[in-house]
Amino acid sequence: MSITEILFYAFSGVLLVSAVGVITARNPVHAALFLVFSFINSAVLWLLLEAEFLAIVLVLVYVGAVMVLFLFVVMMLDINIAQVREGFTRYAPLGILIALIVVAEIGSVVYVKSLGTEVTPVAQVAVEEGYSNTGALGELLYTKYLYPFELAAVILLLAIVAAIVLTMRQRVGLKQQDVAAQVSVRAKDRIRVVKMAPVIEPPAGSEQGEKQP
Amino acid sequence: MNAIPDFVNTLLPFLPEWIRAVVFYGVVALILFISVILTMAFLTLAERRVIGSIQARIGPNRVGPGGLLQPFADVLKLMLKEIVIPTASNKFLFIIAPLLAVIPALAAWAVVPLWPGFAVADINAGLLYLLALSSAGVYGVILAGWATNSKYAFLGAMRAAAQMVAYEIAMGFALVGVVMAAGSLNLGDIIDRQAGSHFSYFFWWMIPLFVVYFISGVAETNRAPFDVVEGESEIVAGFHVEYSGMAFAVFFVAEYVNMILISALTSIFFFGGWLSPFESWSFMPEFLRAGGFHWLFLKISFFLFCYLWFRATFPRYRYDQIMRLGWKVFIPVTLVWLAVLGVFFAYDIGPWSK
Repeated sequence: MSITEILFYAFSGVLLVSAVGVITARNPVHAALFLVFSFINSAVLWLLLEAEFLAIVLVLVYVGAVMVLFLFVVMMLDINIAQVREGFTRYAPLGILIALIVVAEIGSVVYVKSLGTEVTPVAQVAVEEGYSNTGALGELLYTKYLYPFELAAVILLLAIVAAIVLTMRQRVGLKQQDVAAQVSVRAKDRIRVVKMAPVIEPPAGSEQGEKQP
Repeated sequence: MNAIPDFVNTLLPFLPEWIRAVVFYGVVALILFISVILTMAFLTLAERRVIGSIQARIGPNRVGPGGLLQPFADVLKLMLKEIVIPTASNKFLFIIAPLLAVIPALAAWAVVPLWPGFAVADINAGLLYLLALSSAGVYGVILAGWATNSKYAFLGAMRAAAQMVAYEIAMGFALVGVVMAAGSLNLGDIIDRQAGSHFSYFFWWMIPLFVVYFISGVAETNRAPFDVVEGESEIVAGFHVEYSGMAFAVFFVAEYVNMILISALTSIFFFGGWLSPFESWSFMPEFLRAGGFHWLFLKISFFLFCYLWFRATFPRYRYDQIMRLGWKVFIPVTLVWLAVLGVFFAYDIGPWSK
């Protein structure tokens, strides 16, 4: 067994264990952390396939952004575990059915592969010196798949705008700071400098000729 | 990736190749680790002396000549202290959280080019790797706050998470400009692209991006004036309020290593890393015009000094102001400057018009 295979089996094993952990952990925060751990392990599997761009982006997007926000929400919510589990027996048959379908699909793929026929033949790309799959992906995205890529970007932008619009509401009676107004305040709006003639009182002890401090 | 040098192959000919690689890179990583930790230790001393002198006092000067042994005294003190684990905390996460904070900070150094032609791992997607690691660093803080099971710690962690996520976006956008100019994600290539004429450092062409990047870096490391994460007057010490002894020290190491990293990256992305600032000054002697580690070291030291300078100068931001600055000021500024850079490229203005 080569070192790559040993690493592959080690990381796949950890990946499977943590994936099972996601659905068996009682505490939702632990489940989210198991999910993070399985993301990291699958990123390592991609690295073993020399798909460094995909591996790093998986960590960057899912581990670094999506799961942080997810964890954020899960930690703030007060989740009642008993209530979450209430409908378990009712939905169990449906869940089992879906699980069986997925197992059958994976099994059929493995079976077809074992027959030796390639359903989706993979073109062997000659990896020459200085080949960077980040660059290769970028070239494809910005030439051949430019339209789908930009469509996806616009759809995402739309989703962002929609999410922001949903949360933008002005509650009545809520005191909020208007930062622009705060910043644009000038001294003359707040204080008035008054010119007055000075009023000089003769010092009390001036008759005796003492010097006042 | 660098090849294994020949002397390793002649020293250990009896081992299979992959073990030789593991041994070699292990030793290199260890040397890098020790250097970074030592830099971090003396940075804590420098911080206290610099801020002391800004505030017209002396700072630590008793342990060793000029206080030089103070960091070691601090480490010894922290090592001898008891690590208290709160009874209501989640023990496993409580202990693992400092490690999750420090590991990404140290691992990021693997791709940093230290002198011409050398980085421990010279990978193509180096910049993406850095972004991925810095975004993973937030887990240490969140988990510490949550596992402690205390309201102060949790509030600190929530603030930290929101702040780090917000400023990461501005940082990422600022780096898009660097990538556009360099045409590569490899840090060595980014430095090479800045070699040449007087104004070929990216700084001159993207001053707004540099300002956004460095200030976001200060916010990302939760340093003053963005240190509401551990605002003493509101939430005691924030996410590490229950950490003592070495567990606290590990968070401390993570923060300072991150500071050094951000300073190093700022000098690499905008100030040409190990390139000499006098490169194109033909009347200078040759040794001043050659690039080397010392130039990178000087640039890093300058930005670290800025960190300390900011801390001694600015009052702490209010939390809503931090969020406003990140989302409503920095991100639009970077977007506008990316458009300006696009115009530069279209009309071939700048050092990249080759």
